[in-house]
Amino acid sequence: MNDRNPAISKGIDWSIVWIYLALVAIGLTAIFAATYKEGDPFFQSFLRFKTDYSKQFYFFVVSLLLALFLLLTDSKFFTATANLLYVFGIFTLLLVFPFHTNISGTKSIIKLGAFNFQPAEFCKLFVCLALAKYLSRPETDFSKTRSQLIAAGIALFPAVLAIMQSETGLALVYFSFFIVMYREGLPSGILVVGFSVAALIVATLIFEKFTLAVILTVIAALALYIMRRQLKRNRSIFLRVALLWAICVGIQLYAVPFAFKHVLKLYQIERIYSTVGKEVPSEYLQAHQTETGKEVKKKDTDYNVRQSKIAIGSGQLFGKGLLKATQTRYDFVPEQRTDFIFCTIGEGFGFTGSFILLAIYLLLLFRIVTIAERQRSVFSRCYAYGVAAVFFFHIAINIAMTVGLAPVIGIPLPFISYGGTSLLTFTILLFILIRLDADRQMVLR
Amino acid sequence: MPVFNQSRSRIIRLIFLIAFVVIIAQLFYLQVVEGKYRQLAMDNAVYPKIIYPERGIIFDRNGKAILNNTIIYDLMVTPAEVKGIDTLEFCRMLNMDTADFKKKILEAKLKNTAVRPSVFKGLLTADLQAKFEESSWKYPGFYLVERPLRIYPFNAAAHILGYIKEADPRDIERSGNYYRMGDYIGKSGLEAYYEKVLMGQRGVQYLIKDNKNRLVGNYENGAFDTAATAGRGLRTYIDIELQQLAEKLMTNKVGAVVALDPKTGGILTMVSGPNFNPNDLTGPDGSKNFSRMTLDVTGPMLNRAIGGLYEPGSTFKPLGALIALNEGVITPSYGFPCGGRYTLCGHGKPACTHAGGGHADNVRLSIANSCNSYYAHIYRLTVDNPKYGGVRKGYEVWRHYLNEFGLGVRLGVDLPGESTGRVYDGSVYDKENNGHWTSCTNLTLGIGQDKMGTTALQMANAMCIVANKGYYYTPHFVKKIDGESEADTTLMSKFRIKHEVLTRIPDTAYRAVIEGMHDVVKFGTARIAQIPNIDVCAKTGTAETYTILDRQRIKLPNNSMFVCFAPKDNPKIAVAVFVQNAGYGATWGGPIARIMIEKYLNDTLMKKSEADVDRISKANLMPAYFKRVQYKEDSARAYKWYNDYKDSTLIKKFLRLTTSIKPVNKEQPLPAKEISRKEVLALLPDEKQFYRSGENKLA
Repeated sequence: MNDRNPAISKGIDWSIVWIYLALVAIGLTAIFAATYKEGDPFFQSFLRFKTDYSKQFYFFVVSLLLALFLLLTDSKFFTATANLLYVFGIFTLLLVFPFHTNISGTKSIIKLGAFNFQPAEFCKLFVCLALAKYLSRPETDFSKTRSQLIAAGIALFPAVLAIMQSETGLALVYFSFFIVMYREGLPSGILVVGFSVAALIVATLIFEKFTLAVILTVIAALALYIMRRQLKRNRSIFLRVALLWAICVGIQLYAVPFAFKHVLKLYQIERIYSTVGKEVPSEYLQAHQTETGKEVKKKDTDYNVRQSKIAIGSGQLFGKGLLKATQTRYDFVPEQRTDFIFCTIGEGFGFTGSFILLAIYLLLLFRIVTIAERQRSVFSRCYAYGVAAVFFFHIAINIAMTVGLAPVIGIPLPFISYGGTSLLTFTILLFILIRLDADRQMVLR
Repeated sequence: MPVFNQSRSRIIRLIFLIAFVVIIAQLFYLQVVEGKYRQLAMDNAVYPKIIYPERGIIFDRNGKAILNNTIIYDLMVTPAEVKGIDTLEFCRMLNMDTADFKKKILEAKLKNTAVRPSVFKGLLTADLQAKFEESSWKYPGFYLVERPLRIYPFNAAAHILGYIKEADPRDIERSGNYYRMGDYIGKSGLEAYYEKVLMGQRGVQYLIKDNKNRLVGNYENGAFDTAATAGRGLRTYIDIELQQLAEKLMTNKVGAVVALDPKTGGILTMVSGPNFNPNDLTGPDGSKNFSRMTLDVTGPMLNRAIGGLYEPGSTFKPLGALIALNEGVITPSYGFPCGGRYTLCGHGKPACTHAGGGHADNVRLSIANSCNSYYAHIYRLTVDNPKYGGVRKGYEVWRHYLNEFGLGVRLGVDLPGESTGRVYDGSVYDKENNGHWTSCTNLTLGIGQDKMGTTALQMANAMCIVANKGYYYTPHFVKKIDGESEADTTLMSKFRIKHEVLTRIPDTAYRAVIEGMHDVVKFGTARIAQIPNIDVCAKTGTAETYTILDRQRIKLPNNSMFVCFAPKDNPKIAVAVFVQNAGYGATWGGPIARIMIEKYLNDTLMKKSEADVDRISKANLMPAYFKRVQYKEDSARAYKWYNDYKDSTLIKKFLRLTTSIKPVNKEQPLPAKEISRKEVLALLPDEKQFYRSGENKLA
């Protein structure tokens, strides 16, 4: 940025800007490594806007201009327009239903000229602002359940729309806003329950139905045994444990199979099971078979993840070098420019390179939390936590899916993955934060 | 607002940290702990392409290449690149119809996908190749790839040189998986024996392939590639002109001709009849010709010179004389009165074609006149030698001599498939005669009959021992390997050892026998082998042969045998000729041997010999009964085919020739029970057994 202009640069957190530039540079390098073919005219391609790395470079230039523009904007603009922007975001999400283009697998893209817009992708920005706005209202008392429900509604309404557009992955991102709500006083009990349910669902996938039921029963019995003294004094403990046991077994025996049979799509089930390293049980296959009327064949569902793991694993400690990565250079990993871009780094630069990238990301997240905590206005703090939450979710899930720890859901790696919408969205998210932070002494409403 | 929640920022940081630690732990496991992924990535993306070296060339004694390499072309197709071609014109060029074209494209797609090349038409003829090259620009997606092929420039020496074929699973297993499916390996002849020398060292080129298995470039700029080393050439003793001449002479004959250089054991010529053109097994029609020859009962693929056993008959007599002389049971002046038959065993056998007194007054005369009684008698004298106290012991001594002469043992020639020949030990006679047998039982061994069986190579080698007066070198083709390594020297060492097996036989004995063989040519049975200015020593032989056909014992024309060496004092060539069912030894074997010697020693042929070459090469001596045997074999096969697959196409041909069967509806296959074995005159199993065991009758 321009150091000589004190009006703009005043109060800007330069460390974040440097981290941002470093990540975009890494991203351009990775896209170049993944898509460059021997003998491509390197400089000409920049002029012609043809190759992916040159396109991404131009997106970056546009992002920088936008960033400058944001830095020049008054911070009050964001608080003033937050609700309006949220409405606009929801409106575009709804527009998708009649005007989406026919691209297989998704109904979430609007085509405008040469550009594809995916409202579900950039709507998280508006949610972030709107949630901050709501939480920072003087009349909001977040200790009340009603307020908590409204906040959750603001965050999850776009998610519902995204699911209706077959974009489960993008929808899941909106759940990350619970981190903001947690920071603002959401009872920790809710998070504990959330984690417990998640653990139970994972256990349901791994264990046999009835084995898990027996395990849960044994755990309940043990709990009662340990609490036998209190039990004598207070009979209601027995009832509580029994209720909890009933809920767990109910989820495990009925709720999860119901979701797998009637809510999730077959490919989603396959991805989920391939993450835990198991075959899809035949009862689910049959359920989807009767649903579609076609015979469901077992597919090579974990091809992506297997190739991705091979690519990353073959990088070993120091990697193969920028253009020597055979897995990613010769198209063995699908979607390697976009969702699986991390493979290029894992294969080309090995554990060392991956570690450095993760360290940079962690630095970014910690820095954002630090910035959040130094804000005077609640709006800025909530917004900062929102940015941290969105980044965290994208980074963790994207990398976890490439190394086989999470199911394959198509979400990009911030600043690294190829794609104009995602780069612009993340840049705007970050630079609004930088703008707000520059005015951290102000109290924004 | 709840400032007290500030502590939660630490919990949020902790959540971030835990997630990152889990991911880093998984990365550490994938990239540092688990080592398999590097190999998996290599398997994915790196294709080790085998570079085949050029196979070694085989040269004759004058440095002419008799087995060489050439290039033939396969027409390849990448179906995805075939666009906008004139299919009709293309098909017309290749003489195929469009339906066939579509089928082949489809096959290619199924086999190798549309984006990878497959063979569209293998082994293009030179004509088609030229046509395609002229207009190849019109046909995108089609191109030619070179394919090395073995070529035999002289169209000769098929049995010696052998052939290469794709390695079968057994070859691959035997090589410890060095060979892979689709590799070529020497299957017979010198190609098989010297496989390691001829094949050279394979190279590997590492290429990068993409996710559709298309090759996109070199891996690491070829840093790991190894170059192929060409196979090394073999310098042989073969005289290719002599070989061609011998093959011409053996046209339409069953039998074998072997010519050796007694001084080195080098094989100058080896012919087996019936013969074939080795180029028939390579090129576009190779496999068709191969199956045709495999089913031919005359056995053109069999090398009778090392694998066909013949009774040596009278050609054995010089060896019998040498044994008896060395054992001291006779002297060179030993005479035996012969009145036309041998009477001392009581049955008046064997008879003698040369009657008349005094024709066996000494060893030299007995050879010249080929007296059966004389040789039957001296065989008896040898095995009944009181020194050994019994016929069994005496017979073993006699048999040991034969083994030293190279009969009844493998000589160790550098070709696969050599037969040991047949010289039984005493136990066989014990078994046949309940343990009671005398020298009279196998009396005719003395005249090279009874159960004795020899190959032409063995007899030619025995002639070398006689000519050399007691020593020989193992007969072999290869004189020198180009760029001979230590391993090659070990391989070749056994051919460079002088075997002084019978130098203990006194010179007087050799002289008497050699002079006798010289007399055979001068005034005996082999006068036909006389060559001006060359002293030829020879011995003729004639063996009666029978076969059993359609359960009848049939007398066949005699086998004509001829062994010789020349010149007498400084032997340079030894020849053995066996012609099956041809007649007397002197009629066919003699002239063939003479022409060979003339050609080799003088390099030109006399007028008489020129005429003989013409006469002999045009004579068809293929035994007539082969036709009948072939018919029976074919019909039996057709019958078996019908029984196994219920497909009557083959058997119909044979049914029409037999009268008892009603006309057959062409469209309708015959039910099994309507045809009995008798009706198709299929070969009976017991007869078949006989043909297999009687090598000297049918081979």
